[in-house]
Amino acid sequence: MQRYIISRTFQSLLLLLGVLIIIFFMVRLTGDPATLMVARDAPEEVREAFREKMGFNRPMIVQFSDYLFGIVQGDFGESLHFDQPALEIILERLPATFQLATVALLFAIVVAIPIGIIGGSNPGSPLDSLGRTLGLLGQTIPNFWLALILILIFAVNLGWFPSFGRDKTISVVLPAIALGFASMGQLVRLTRSAVLEIRNEDYIRTARSKGISTLRIGAKHVFRNAALALISVISIQYSYLLGGSIYIETIFSWPGLGNLLQQAVDGRDFPLVQAIAFFISFFVIALTLLTDVVYALIDPRIRYSR
Amino acid sequence: MTTAAPPVDFDQFEEQTWKTRLAYVTRLLLRDRGGTLGFILFILIVLTALLAPVVSPQDPLEQNLRAAKQPPAWEEGGSWEQPLGTDTLGRDMLSRIIYGTRVSLTVGFFGVLIAGTLGMVAGLTAGYLGGRVDSVIMGVVNVFLAIPYLVFVVVVAAILGRNLINVILIFGITDSPIFARVTRGEVLRIRESGYVESATSAGAGTARILFDHILPNLIGPLITLATFEMSAMIFYEAGLSFLGLSVPPSIPSWGNMLQVGRQYLTIYPWIATWPGVAIAITALSFNLLGDWLRDVLDPRLRRSRN
Repeated sequence: MQRYIISRTFQSLLLLLGVLIIIFFMVRLTGDPATLMVARDAPEEVREAFREKMGFNRPMIVQFSDYLFGIVQGDFGESLHFDQPALEIILERLPATFQLATVALLFAIVVAIPIGIIGGSNPGSPLDSLGRTLGLLGQTIPNFWLALILILIFAVNLGWFPSFGRDKTISVVLPAIALGFASMGQLVRLTRSAVLEIRNEDYIRTARSKGISTLRIGAKHVFRNAALALISVISIQYSYLLGGSIYIETIFSWPGLGNLLQQAVDGRDFPLVQAIAFFISFFVIALTLLTDVVYALIDPRIRYSR
Repeated sequence: MTTAAPPVDFDQFEEQTWKTRLAYVTRLLLRDRGGTLGFILFILIVLTALLAPVVSPQDPLEQNLRAAKQPPAWEEGGSWEQPLGTDTLGRDMLSRIIYGTRVSLTVGFFGVLIAGTLGMVAGLTAGYLGGRVDSVIMGVVNVFLAIPYLVFVVVVAAILGRNLINVILIFGITDSPIFARVTRGEVLRIRESGYVESATSAGAGTARILFDHILPNLIGPLITLATFEMSAMIFYEAGLSFLGLSVPPSIPSWGNMLQVGRQYLTIYPWIATWPGVAIAITALSFNLLGDWLRDVLDPRLRRSRN
């Protein structure tokens, strides 16, 4: 067990290093990061001074090792726009993003799992049709458009929820629904197919032939086994929600990382962009690692398969 | 609902011509209601894109300030000359939606073509050669997959700048790891299968195994994946346009229209409504078609129905 955790952690750190390399070279894609970050009509002297200040004129390997050592010490560079360490700005915005992603995930789970389980247990029933429709809608309606439609209906016409900001508790409702809708559809589909698959397993037939009630079979056998399959799906959805809130946060002026990333991209504040990209990737990698460890804890087959 | 479509089994015909094959596939398609709908929509969408100059009632770029901000025909103040209304500059919404199909399909098609080709070559190499080559290729693939896709695409698009070729290249390159991963998984599975082993022991060379055994078996899963990825790319392109990071604003694309519509959401809601409907219909078509293709081409992944 310990060996498994250590080797998975080591792999995750390697992955993180790979991500850092990509993020480092990303802003150097066009060849000259100074042109990218300084206003286009700035005179060449300003650009030269910027290169000097940021150290872009040093050999690449020196720049990269500096970047790497900075990050190990918690230095993620300075935001060009805010004149403040990128880390500080990101830490400020972090709670909003986690709140939004978590509420969106809860919304998806609470709607999808019951519909998926009941629908999957009764194929062809009205609830099953509803589940299939939701599954399809989740894949076909873009979240940025859904956000606009929700604002139009529930904020503008009905006036039930605020259309932007994070001042009230209910402010999170519309952005969370818009963000979580696709995950909800995905979860309905996967829960449904997991339940359908488990229903055909031998142990269910055995339980049934022993005369165990449908409800008990559902609770003890179907749900437990489906839950095992769903943990990884939910973890993937959570990382998708954490990294996928750019449109939603921008539309609802939600003060999180996605909104910050959009502003930073708009203002060509690339040191901040790099830091945000790193943090979101970091959370996703950490979440994957955590999920794998949880799996290894509850399912001995995984821990011994290596 | 319809019964599950059986996997394609061409061997049932004694005499195989393209006619018998076509008739068989048509029969399979007609048996699946969702697949039929998806296919019809797909044909209509492709025709719309190809015939845009013929089918659009007006020039999508022509401004007519006197007819600006006109609601759809069935609403008060609307006119059947602009059935879906006009935007803030008096341009015909219907014609712009029709022309927008071109941007979306171009990005989706060429993006997937590039991603599929790159991914397939990488996945084939990794899966077939195995060993150190496999570790290196899959290491790179995993690093790319660790960065949340939306974050990655937004940042690269912001760095490279707005034009169609850049957008296609960005999607083509950033989406290729998914194709690589799927291809590699399939290659490993096929390589382990009995028929490759027997072909090898019968003395078949590398080329023969690749072209006669592995490639034909890859086509099914990859076409299915391509359909879903095309739908995803159309989403992402619209999202990028929505943030002002895709094609220039002078080109009528669904995302660009949504971006304008968002600013006037409360006063002229139809400007944001139609592009969203167009995206949703396109995504619906690709998803239904993809579900059907998966059923037919890849029986292992068949949706569990009853």
